[in-house]
Amino acid sequence: MIVDLVRFVETERPHWTALEQFLKRLDESPGMPLPIEEAQRLHYLYQRSSSALGRVGAMASEPELRGYLEWLVSRAYAEIHESRGKKRFKLWQWLTVTLPQTFRRRFRAFAMSTLLTLGGALFGVLALAIDPDAKSVLMPFDHLHMTPKERVALEQKDRGKRLEGHKATFSAELMQNNTRVSIMAMGLGMSFGVGTVVLLFYNGVILGAVAFDYVTGGETVFLLGWLLPHGVIEIPAILIAGQAGLLIAHALIGWGSRKTRRERLREIGPDVVTLTGAAALFLVWAGIVEAFFSQYHEPVVPYGVKISFGLVELAALTFYLSSSGRKPVTAK
Amino acid sequence: MNGDASLDIRTPEGISFSVPLAGPVSRLLALTLDFLVILAAQQAVTRLIGAFPKAAADVGDAFGILLLFVFASAYPMASEWFWRGQTIGKRLFRLRVIDATGLRLEPSQVIIRNLLRYVDGLPICYLVGSVTSLLNRRLQRLGDLAAGTVVVRSVQLKQPDLDQLLGARYNSLLEQRHLAARLRQRVPPEIASIGLDALIRRGQLEPGPRVELYRDLARYFKKLVEYPPEVIEQMADEQYVRNVVEILFRASL
Repeated sequence: MIVDLVRFVETERPHWTALEQFLKRLDESPGMPLPIEEAQRLHYLYQRSSSALGRVGAMASEPELRGYLEWLVSRAYAEIHESRGKKRFKLWQWLTVTLPQTFRRRFRAFAMSTLLTLGGALFGVLALAIDPDAKSVLMPFDHLHMTPKERVALEQKDRGKRLEGHKATFSAELMQNNTRVSIMAMGLGMSFGVGTVVLLFYNGVILGAVAFDYVTGGETVFLLGWLLPHGVIEIPAILIAGQAGLLIAHALIGWGSRKTRRERLREIGPDVVTLTGAAALFLVWAGIVEAFFSQYHEPVVPYGVKISFGLVELAALTFYLSSSGRKPVTAK
Repeated sequence: MNGDASLDIRTPEGISFSVPLAGPVSRLLALTLDFLVILAAQQAVTRLIGAFPKAAADVGDAFGILLLFVFASAYPMASEWFWRGQTIGKRLFRLRVIDATGLRLEPSQVIIRNLLRYVDGLPICYLVGSVTSLLNRRLQRLGDLAAGTVVVRSVQLKQPDLDQLLGARYNSLLEQRHLAARLRQRVPPEIASIGLDALIRRGQLEPGPRVELYRDLARYFKKLVEYPPEVIEQMADEQYVRNVVEILFRASL
């Protein structure tokens, strides 16, 4: 027990005050590099305050002093014991190396995400094939409720004038809504993946039903010309967001891992952020293409051009995700 | 839910400390304040769009939609990163986001916990997040669970002022230096501690038990060392205890 409490406080107070000021400085300028002498001083002050807390801890009669020291030590603890390296974010490095590498490292989750969407698409095809009246239930958008022939005639007559003066706003709304859906696909991974699975499957159902409707309606070329330019980026973006959601779900469930749930979630954190960032980035591009290009049909833009544009995008995306960030093979 | 929930951390040096966790009410208030910040930004953006020429109204609207979406998503992330776990709302309500192991926040943690607001906000008014945090020992919403973070109360405590506690008034017992020295010699540390505790917790005691406690302590101290009657004449029991504690805990007599 510290019998002479006043002397103890008077002796230690300057060190506590110094540590408090140190922490305040660090608070005011985060990321400030500490010279070795200052880091040593911080460590010394932290140890001294920890020791004081250890001594005061035995005194049940000192809640105020203990509370103060706990606050001080807890703040310094975060600074002293942080061993995770600080990395500066480099956009080019992230785009060309981190993103494609992360995608490939977590490819199983992407494959799962794709299979779920394909399963949904198959369900959509079968549902519409068995019950054509289910169209209004399966497709939530009004412009899809008319027959494909009616739609094509309408679009070709309109010549893209419908969006005249609203294209930028439409593009921004698309980006915002699709990014929200992607974040939901990722975040719903916290429902042990149930929400992500439902969302991916449902997206697949809509996609499958629309494709079946237009193909059986004899409008395959229109469908490809309409969907490919933005869809080849938008659909993979949603799949990548689903990949992030499934990654979270896997970490939550923890199949085949001896690590704690907290450790597993901590481990996948940076990858989840990278994949979600990738989805958001792709959706910005898809939003621009959908508003400014996809909505123009023949005779304004030939379907061949639109389909070719979509195929080039798909090839570029596939090449980027599969090859970027790989180390060059050196000759033996 | 435990109203006094705390995050207990044991350092490699063997020191244990606990950080008080923020309750749902204070978090909700901070959230409301941050929501108001976003609303204010919305107003500013609306005015900005109004300044666009009519010919560029489409671009202006698109700009407004995107700017607001980016601000609403990035504001809590940026402020929590640059202000070490605090937004404007959290700053005012003295809350702070920290790593669940007490370490510094990582950028990925800040991003994940804020992106998951979309899920925590389901179906309305943060119902999913609120229910999850109420069912959770560490009061974590889904975003906190995914990111491995907790929200703590960041109340900066003042260094305790023992002068105020023990009183700077004249202590007549100090005049009898030999008796004061005897007191320091005879009073066991546990009883000294009880005396100090009785003074620290004065405000928490009911008047009746407080009078009784001071009377018993004063009686005990008087029995240990007898002071001349003229020194302790008309001295209240509480003052007597206060004077004895000062003798026991002061560095110099």
